[in-house]
Amino acid sequence: MTSLASTAPSIAADKPRRLWRNRIFMWAMLFCMFVAFGTLVVLLVDTFITGWPAVTKQLLTGLPSTVPAEAGARPAILATLYLGALVLLFSVPIGVLTAIYLEEYANHERWWNRLIEVNIQNLAAVPAIVYGILGLAFIVRGIGVGRVVLAGGLILTLVVLPTVVVSSREAIRAVPDTIRQGAFALGATKWQVVWRQVLPASIPGIATGSILALSRAVGETAPLIMVGAITYVAFNPTLLGPYTALPVQIYNWTRQPSADFQVLAAAGAIVLLVIVLSMNAVAIFLRNRYRRQW
Amino acid sequence: MTTADATVARPATTALPRKKIRVGEQLVHGVLFIAAAISVLTTVGIVLSLVLPALDFFREVSPWEFFTGTTWAPLFLDAHFGVVPLVVGTLTISFWSSLVAFPLGLGVAIYLSEYAAPRATAFLKPILEILAAIPTVVLGYFALTFVTPFLRDIGLEVEIFNALSASLVLGVMLIPTVATLSEDAMAAVPRDLRDGGYALGADKLQVSTKIVVPAAISGIIAAFVLAFSRAVGETMIVLIAAGQLAQITFDPRETIATITAFIGATGNGDVPTGSIEYKTIFAVGLTLFVMTLIMNLISIRLVRKYREVYE
Repeated sequence: MTSLASTAPSIAADKPRRLWRNRIFMWAMLFCMFVAFGTLVVLLVDTFITGWPAVTKQLLTGLPSTVPAEAGARPAILATLYLGALVLLFSVPIGVLTAIYLEEYANHERWWNRLIEVNIQNLAAVPAIVYGILGLAFIVRGIGVGRVVLAGGLILTLVVLPTVVVSSREAIRAVPDTIRQGAFALGATKWQVVWRQVLPASIPGIATGSILALSRAVGETAPLIMVGAITYVAFNPTLLGPYTALPVQIYNWTRQPSADFQVLAAAGAIVLLVIVLSMNAVAIFLRNRYRRQW
Repeated sequence: MTTADATVARPATTALPRKKIRVGEQLVHGVLFIAAAISVLTTVGIVLSLVLPALDFFREVSPWEFFTGTTWAPLFLDAHFGVVPLVVGTLTISFWSSLVAFPLGLGVAIYLSEYAAPRATAFLKPILEILAAIPTVVLGYFALTFVTPFLRDIGLEVEIFNALSASLVLGVMLIPTVATLSEDAMAAVPRDLRDGGYALGADKLQVSTKIVVPAAISGIIAAFVLAFSRAVGETMIVLIAAGQLAQITFDPRETIATITAFIGATGNGDVPTGSIEYKTIFAVGLTLFVMTLIMNLISIRLVRKYREVYE
């Protein structure tokens, strides 16, 4: 601040220099944007150019094979869809109920409620692979469920649960208090207020957050490797059977030395990108369409 | 916020006859609490699942050897359990990706917060979200099959698996994290501070870099810490593009191994339960968990600090 005051008298003389300094800074910032978006574009274009020839009916409906030309990813794609459904089934109810508790019911003076809050903040930043270790120790080996779709779904649920909670809390918090007070004034009970006023008003926000969390779960690889989404599955997955997921399949293809498998990996990446990015598009659309000003 | 909650929780009915206790309402409260408690159970589960086998591990390998040993070869016949090479690899990756993500992310944040028109922001933010949504396995594939050959084309002598290309891609992946959190911090800086700067004759550059950034600095550092912790915990990019050779080197052109890469490569479900390899996963995982936990706690504290100042 002192430097500002001392340069103030010479503002007029300083003008051309200021102009250039500002211009250079502007270019520097545009360069930052350019690197981020340029990388994104190069990644998408490179993946599509490499992988597009291999995005065939064979890839979508065929079974895995050691011969690249005959390899498909149907079991992996199906398992990924199952995993997504399980994550949605578990994480949305638990996440939304947690959010309602923290926003509408919890007395934040109590230590256990503060513990829950700090705990969720921490869980949001725990590396995904650590959840994989948890899954390995408890769900796969501990309970003895084994390497099945259900175990993978449970682990991915835990990975994205903090995201669902945080976004649902924000959606619930955005509902103004006047709505709640109006309902209370009409004699509604606490749960009636939450269930009939607050929740319906926050559904767009909750839906957006849940879809974003789901898209993250679908693209997650590391924890699934840990809970044994195995490489070679030549049959359609079942809830309690062995499976491999699309990201794990892509990972395994990238590990093969043959160039043909690299092409397959790119093709798998295209399928995964289409699934993940279309979910993001839906989420962004929902957010823009239903953004409400109170 | 808490006071608002309190008024909602007890609507002004004190003058009316005492309301009856509704069993249904109590039940709902209980169900909601159980849902919220699941997150705490998850943490307890993580800690237990890491600590118990890790203790087992330290019964066979001394903690001294583990934390100071410079040779990592747990799967060899002549096994060595020095975690230092893995930690060095992890820090190498985190350092170089931070070098990419911190300045670029901050630049994006300043642009979005101070310069961009609302219409530009509405267009640019979803693109940042898309960048953040690319699955890491795809990013790893991109680092291995595009960035590494590209680095060789421009004359850098990098190994097939090298820390540099993994760090570059990881750094770009972290730009949205740094940018979004820093922008939140800058948005919390009151308008008055900016106007005060302009009134003293400062131009936009000076207001942005000498007023807004310093005022939001704890939030920006929180964003940096969180991004660094993400880099420490990132698995797939490193596993695919940086390799699995545990050696002590700070040269990013070389093949390295990180903590996460070791866990991902070893814990593929085939390791027999109770073997020393199996326990190694947990000892290393515990190291990773503690590292990221400390960084997350620092980050949470910093965010709270700037919120308290301006709200």
